[in-house]
Amino acid sequence: MSETPLLSVSDLTKHYGQRIGCDAVSFALWSGEVLAVVGESGSGKSTLLSCLWGDLTPTRGTVHYSGADGVVRDMGGLSEAERRVIQRTEWGFVRQNAAEGLRMGVSAGGNVGERLMAVGARHYGAIRQSAAEWLTRVEIDPARMDEAPSAFSGGMRQRLQIARNLVTEPRLMFMDEPTSGLDVSVQARLLDLLRSLTRDLGLAVIIVTHDLGVARLLSDRIMVMCAGRVIETGLTDQVLDDPSEPYTQLLVASVLEVAG
Amino acid sequence: MAEGSQYNFAYLDEQTKRMIRRALLKAVAIPGYQVPFASREMPMPYGWGTGGVQVTAAILTPDDTLKVIDQGADDTTNAVSIRAFFARTAGVATTTHTEAATVIQTRHRIPEAPLTDGQILVYQVPIPEPLRFLEPRETETRTMHALSEYGLMHVKLYEDIARHGEITTTYAYPVRVAERYVMDPSPIPKFDNPKMDNMAALQLFGAGREQRIYAIPPHTPVKSLDFEDHPFTVQAFAGKVCALCGATDTFLDEVVMDDKGGRMFTCSDTHHCEQRQQAAERAA
Repeated sequence: MSETPLLSVSDLTKHYGQRIGCDAVSFALWSGEVLAVVGESGSGKSTLLSCLWGDLTPTRGTVHYSGADGVVRDMGGLSEAERRVIQRTEWGFVRQNAAEGLRMGVSAGGNVGERLMAVGARHYGAIRQSAAEWLTRVEIDPARMDEAPSAFSGGMRQRLQIARNLVTEPRLMFMDEPTSGLDVSVQARLLDLLRSLTRDLGLAVIIVTHDLGVARLLSDRIMVMCAGRVIETGLTDQVLDDPSEPYTQLLVASVLEVAG
Repeated sequence: MAEGSQYNFAYLDEQTKRMIRRALLKAVAIPGYQVPFASREMPMPYGWGTGGVQVTAAILTPDDTLKVIDQGADDTTNAVSIRAFFARTAGVATTTHTEAATVIQTRHRIPEAPLTDGQILVYQVPIPEPLRFLEPRETETRTMHALSEYGLMHVKLYEDIARHGEITTTYAYPVRVAERYVMDPSPIPKFDNPKMDNMAALQLFGAGREQRIYAIPPHTPVKSLDFEDHPFTVQAFAGKVCALCGATDTFLDEVVMDDKGGRMFTCSDTHHCEQRQQAAERAA
C-alpha cells in the first residue's frame, strides 16, 4: 500500500432539493483494495457511486484521485475533457444493466475494442487480438467475438461489460450491482471471476451491492449506508460477523440463510 | 426576369441571407464544425437540396455563373430545376461547364475536373452528423465533437472489417478536417474523398432539414479515417471503362440496358464525359 490513497473522498454530499441523496460521506481507498458499499434500496448507494464517477455533481464535498502519473487531482475541479480521459483510461464502470454499459448493436469485439480506439489505437489486427485476449480472460469464447451482445446470455453480457472496461487496464473500477438479475450459479461464476481478476490485476474496486454475500466474497472493507449516511465501516468480516450498529445487525440478520 | 422580379434577388430576403452568411463565416472559421442556422422553408421538399439551395442563395452575386449537378449529371430533375430556379429568381448565368462556373451546387458528387481558386462548391447534405447512427443523442454527439472523442467512429469501421473483411462504407465516408473535427462529407462516393483534401476551391455544406451548415476552407487537409492495417481505398471498377468516352479513371455509373442482363458503364460526371468525347472527335 502506498502512502497516498488512490481515492480520497471527503464530506461528499448530494441533496435532491430537500431530500438527501447521500450525506457527508468521507473515506479513502487504496490501490488494490475492494470496498463494498451496502445498504437497502434508497440508502444512497447509487447516488454516492454517481457522485464519485462524475455523473452527478455533488452538492458539497470533494473527490481526490491519485492518477497513474502520481498527480493528485480534484475530480470536481477538472474540465469535462480531463475527467472523461480518466474515466476511459484509468477508471471503469460496470453497470447493473449490461444494456446500459454495452453497445448492443456492436459486436462483442467492437465493444471491447471501443476503449482502445478511443485512446488512439488504429491497428485493426492489434485491437482485435487484444479484444480476443480479454474475452478469453472473462471466459467468453473468442469465436463469438463477432456476435452482438444481444445474442449473449445475461451472465455473458455482464462479463463482456467487464472485459470492455478492463481492456485499457484501469486502476479503479466502479460496479453498480453487477450480479443482481443473474441466477445464482451464474452469480457465483461471475463473483469467482471478479475475485481472481481484481487479485491478478491489483485493481481497486468500489462495488455497490445490496447482497451481503457478494460483499463478503469480494470486498476487503465494507461501508454500510442508511438514509444517505455511512453508519458503519470496517473490515468486511468484522462488520458482517460482529455488527455494532443496530441497522447493520438487522441487515445481517435479514439475509436468508440456506441451511448447510 | 419578368416573373423573377417579384422575388428578392436569389429568392431569400436579405435578412435571411445575412443570417446564413453569418453561419457560413463561422463555419469557414472552424473547419468541419456544424453551425446551426435558422433554415427556411423553401419551395421544394426536404431532401431535394433545401440546405444547398439556401447556401447558394446566400452567396450568389449577379456576376456569378452557376452550375448544378445531381449525381454528377447536369441534366437530372434535381439539377435542372434548381438551375432554373436560380436563373429565374437571381437571373444569374448558368452553365454545365465545370471550368466556367464560379458556384457549383452538387448532390452526391465532386466534379472530375479539378476545381480552382475562386470557385465555390456547395453540397446538399441530408444528415450532417457523422456520429448519428452510432450515437443517436444529439447532446452526446455535440459533447463528443467538443472533446474530439472520435473512438466511436472507428468502432463503425471496425465493425465493417469484422463483418465483411474490409471497410464497406462506400459513401458518406467520414473524414477528419484540419486534424480536428470529424465530418460527414455528405453522401458522395468515397471515390471523391481524396478530392476534398487540400482542394483549392471553398467547400460549403448545407443541411436544410437538419438546420446545419459546415465548411472546408480552401487548401485544408481532409483525411479519410482508416486503420493502419486497413488503409483507406477508393472504389475500383475492376477494369471497367466508360462506354461513351473510354475513361478509366472516373467514377462510373452502371446502367441497365435491357432485361437480359445487358449493362453499360458510363462516367457519372456528364460534363467531363462530354468534353472527353468532343476532344476525341476533334482528334479523329
